[in-house]
Amino acid sequence: MSSEATLFYAFAAIAVLSSLLVIGQRNPIYSVLLLIASFGALSGLYLLLDAPFAAVIQIIVYAGAIMVLFLFVVMLLNAPREETDEDLDREAHGETHPLLRPGPMRLGAALAVGLIVELVWALTKGGGESGQFPGGAVGSVGAIGRSLFSDYAFAFEVTSVLILVAMVGAVVLARREASPGPSEHP
Amino acid sequence: MTPLVAAQIGLAIFVFFMLLSSAAAMVYFERKVAAFLQQRVGPYLVGPKGLLQPLADVVKLMFKEELRPMAADAFLFALAPIISATCAFAAFAVVPFGGDTTLFGLIPEGLRLQVADVNVAILVVFAIASMSVYGIVLAGWSSNSKYSLLGGLRSSAQMISYELSYGLALASVLVVANSLSLTDIVNRQAGTWFGVIPRWFIFLQPLGFLVYLTAGIAETNRAPFDFPEAEQELVAGYHTEYSSMSFAMFFLAEYINMVTVSAVATDLFLGGWHGPFLSETIGWLWFLLKVGAILFFYVWMRWTLPRYRYDQLMRFGWKVLLPLSVVNLLVTAAGVLYFEL
Repeated sequence: MSSEATLFYAFAAIAVLSSLLVIGQRNPIYSVLLLIASFGALSGLYLLLDAPFAAVIQIIVYAGAIMVLFLFVVMLLNAPREETDEDLDREAHGETHPLLRPGPMRLGAALAVGLIVELVWALTKGGGESGQFPGGAVGSVGAIGRSLFSDYAFAFEVTSVLILVAMVGAVVLARREASPGPSEHP
Repeated sequence: MTPLVAAQIGLAIFVFFMLLSSAAAMVYFERKVAAFLQQRVGPYLVGPKGLLQPLADVVKLMFKEELRPMAADAFLFALAPIISATCAFAAFAVVPFGGDTTLFGLIPEGLRLQVADVNVAILVVFAIASMSVYGIVLAGWSSNSKYSLLGGLRSSAQMISYELSYGLALASVLVVANSLSLTDIVNRQAGTWFGVIPRWFIFLQPLGFLVYLTAGIAETNRAPFDFPEAEQELVAGYHTEYSSMSFAMFFLAEYINMVTVSAVATDLFLGGWHGPFLSETIGWLWFLLKVGAILFFYVWMRWTLPRYRYDQLMRFGWKVLLPLSVVNLLVTAAGVLYFEL
């Protein structure tokens, strides 16, 4: 096996394993960290594809910026472990969590089977060949910038407007209601 | 193994030990400069002129007891200083610090004094800087102490805020240089204008340089922006609960980060190893000199300026530094387009 293939399997294994472990953790901080590990492995895969720019951007944007915010929120809310006292109380009284009753569990299982079928279909449809990116070289920063601001300019701008709207919405939702009455604002 | 590969491995090991000893040298330098600024003598007992003081510090730290609070998260508590130190060492790997050398004719081809020549080097530095936040945040959280948590939260807010200006300052340089590779950026600064002024980017980007230096101080959590560890309010911030070698690792990371920020500033704005009077082969002397000057500036600032208030820091970052760097980037881009540099 060539060293490139070895590296590919190593990074792929890390990415898959850590992503699986993300949902297996009870402590959300560990989930966040494992997700960062998974992003790191993905960035390694990009490097193997000769796309150093995408690899570094993956680290800066996902592992660096977005996950720091995740960690920040988890820490600020001090999110508890998943088994809360309430759950334990219910178990002691012989009750189950509403989502763990037979009805929702069956629905969940059906959805999971649907997802697996969809994934298998999507993966087999491609013929198993390594896909060729139609846009030419992804490695060059200039090429990415040029296609982003010419061919994909509309999508790019629409995305930024979407993010702006989401941001304004978040601010509006999170804003504390001002007390009624003009006397509050002299 | 060809001589070139051997030389490259040797270079990597050399850079590792150079960073370690630069941290020790910085501890001594900082204490001496601080003493000078405050009209004291500084360390003078250990060795001639106190030169062995850093060694004594390290020995002291090694023999201290390693403590861990009972309620701390054991794994993350141990992991945090490792993340900090690793990020500090890793960032320097892409920083070039000299021109090609043949090591006095020992190897046939020229060897560039840079551990890894990556063509997106400037972004790699930025990425690793953004990863080093985790060391501090996790240290603050896993200690399970109020002071540590507050220090960690403050530092993540601070580093996220100043990362933007830092990144925009980097962007304006790469617009001028038209390259993401640090080696290319340095080589574009060779030569002089009108035979007198060196072609350093500091003359094209004076504002960018100032923004970079300021944001660099905030990124390395140094005074006057040392909020994560403001001792009067937070005991020692994120590393309150750390002792012995795990504390030493945070300490080491802080000084190595300073060296890296200064080295990158030298490469981006001060022409790297290019300068008058010295030939290309000993250009690293220029590099050392420039890095030393910036490091002196950092120490000077630390012992001259009082710490800001936290809200002042945030206001300064978002309302002064960020607009400045955006305007700088826009003007730079317009200038590059207009003059077709």
